[in-house]
Amino acid sequence: MTTDTDADAGAGDGPVLVWITEGTWRASVDAALRLAPPGAPVTLLHVTPAELPEAAHGAYLGLFGRGQPGRDPGRRVAELAAISAGELLDAAARRLGRPCQRMERHGVPEREVISAAAGAGLLVMARDGDRSRLGPKSLGKATRFVVDHAPCPVLLVWPETAPAIDTIPPPPHPPHPPRPGPRRP
Amino acid sequence: MVVLAWAVIRPRDWPEAVAAVPAAALVVGTGAISARDAGEEAGRLGPVVGFLAAVLVLAQLCDDEGLFRLCGAWMARTAAGQPRRLLAQVFAVAAVTTAVLSLDATVVLLTPVVFATAARLEARAKPHLYACTHLSNSGSLLLPVSNLTNLLAFSASGLAFGRFAGLMALPWLAVIGTEYAVFSRFFATDLEAGARGGGGEEGAAGIPVFTLTVVAVTLAGFAITSAAGVNPAWAALGGVAVLAARALSQRRTSLAALARAADAPFLVFVLCLGIVVRAVTGNGLGGALRPLVPSGSSLPALLATAALAAALANVINNLPAVLVLLPLAAPAGPGAILAVLLGVNIGPNLTYTGSLATLLWRRVLRQHGSGPSLWEFTRLGLLTVPAGLVIAVLALWAALHALGG
Repeated sequence: MTTDTDADAGAGDGPVLVWITEGTWRASVDAALRLAPPGAPVTLLHVTPAELPEAAHGAYLGLFGRGQPGRDPGRRVAELAAISAGELLDAAARRLGRPCQRMERHGVPEREVISAAAGAGLLVMARDGDRSRLGPKSLGKATRFVVDHAPCPVLLVWPETAPAIDTIPPPPHPPHPPRPGPRRP
Repeated sequence: MVVLAWAVIRPRDWPEAVAAVPAAALVVGTGAISARDAGEEAGRLGPVVGFLAAVLVLAQLCDDEGLFRLCGAWMARTAAGQPRRLLAQVFAVAAVTTAVLSLDATVVLLTPVVFATAARLEARAKPHLYACTHLSNSGSLLLPVSNLTNLLAFSASGLAFGRFAGLMALPWLAVIGTEYAVFSRFFATDLEAGARGGGGEEGAAGIPVFTLTVVAVTLAGFAITSAAGVNPAWAALGGVAVLAARALSQRRTSLAALARAADAPFLVFVLCLGIVVRAVTGNGLGGALRPLVPSGSSLPALLATAALAAALANVINNLPAVLVLLPLAAPAGPGAILAVLLGVNIGPNLTYTGSLATLLWRRVLRQHGSGPSLWEFTRLGLLTVPAGLVIAVLALWAALHALGG
């Protein structure tokens, strides 16, 4: 293992992986543009949750007895998901405006991201979670998992402007000034 | 059991009727059910199945007219980039579609449209897609046409169409409210991720006024024919005839496509399933379950009936469950029958395949879960199903008292 001396980004030699997610992808692409080491190859990754077509297919199975495979909404949802993933990656590539690779995967998103990040120099992703109350739950389950398990440095960006420093609540117990020692007569 | 197993496993995608017809012939041939009883069962189920076929074709004709695409465009335009607003719209559209055009329409025709709408808005699709699958079950309480289970119960209960809807309106709203409350918390992360505004460019397609009017008139026809003592299936047939004649004359559909939408193999399957279930209940199952079905329509009795129905729906699927339970619940009156419906319609949301048995079978057949784990869906079911059942039974009990059981 080589020691990383690039203190600016803290990134290794591998490509910069940008996780493209619905709703928040623009912030990730913008961060990659600003902060990725110049010249580093960029890969845009989108993961379609495999549960989506499967849930539609399951609901169809639940229509006990309606056996017409051509009407299975699971297949239709899978087709639509593939189209929409492609369009999202197209839009992201246009916004990036520099040569990049695309990667489309299916499965459990956080696990697919971790496996795709093997060998990456930097992973860029946007926060998701309940951002209205900053605290333990302001990182969603998937983001939290990736932050914990990513095999490379992670650049975690706000989908909107980062909150100002004065949004930090005051500490619950303000520290008391040091008490004077017992007076001696 | 063979019929059920076949319907669950569906070897080579063959229709369920392939196993159900020989099974029905077998129970009649071996004398497990007399030919007269089998004929009587088929005669009882025939009109119910015909009614369902008419509703299935009606939904397909509405889809051909672009009704669901129009709903998608409307949702995209008015969601204004807010996933929470989109979720509320999906709830409204899915609940109404299920109630009026049956759960098949929501599962087969609406779900892909909702997915495409969410994708177009760059919103996370999961809450909206899961809303469709949940509401296709729990939103199917309102009208006799909403679900085949309702049609079966409707014919057994002797209630008029309007009275059925009146008693079920409050439980329907209560369950949808419960689902919405759970969904908006459960999917908070996905709903906070934001979406893109606009995206309703296709909205100029024009509202299919004719189709919507025919559907509304058909709906009114259900209540009027039923109140006049005529089978409301005739009203459904009338609506289908008008829309089909128009679509055929404009060459936008074909007789073959309409026949496909009516799904004849499924109708045969239901008839045969009815005969097999009657044979099985007559030879032991009915006797075994009878002590478990409470009598009367007190609140505890209704709760126990709904819980039993939900459990049975998860063990043997909701269609056989309702066929088994209806003759047992019928002596206790319409309240008990409607409680059975609450159980068999809400219960399937526990798992994404509509019954625990189906889910386990699929697990076994797939061996080492190559399929995705839908643990999240099951967790959602564990949150919504028990709460929805209790609240719906309370609402039914209140409606029975307000309107008189």
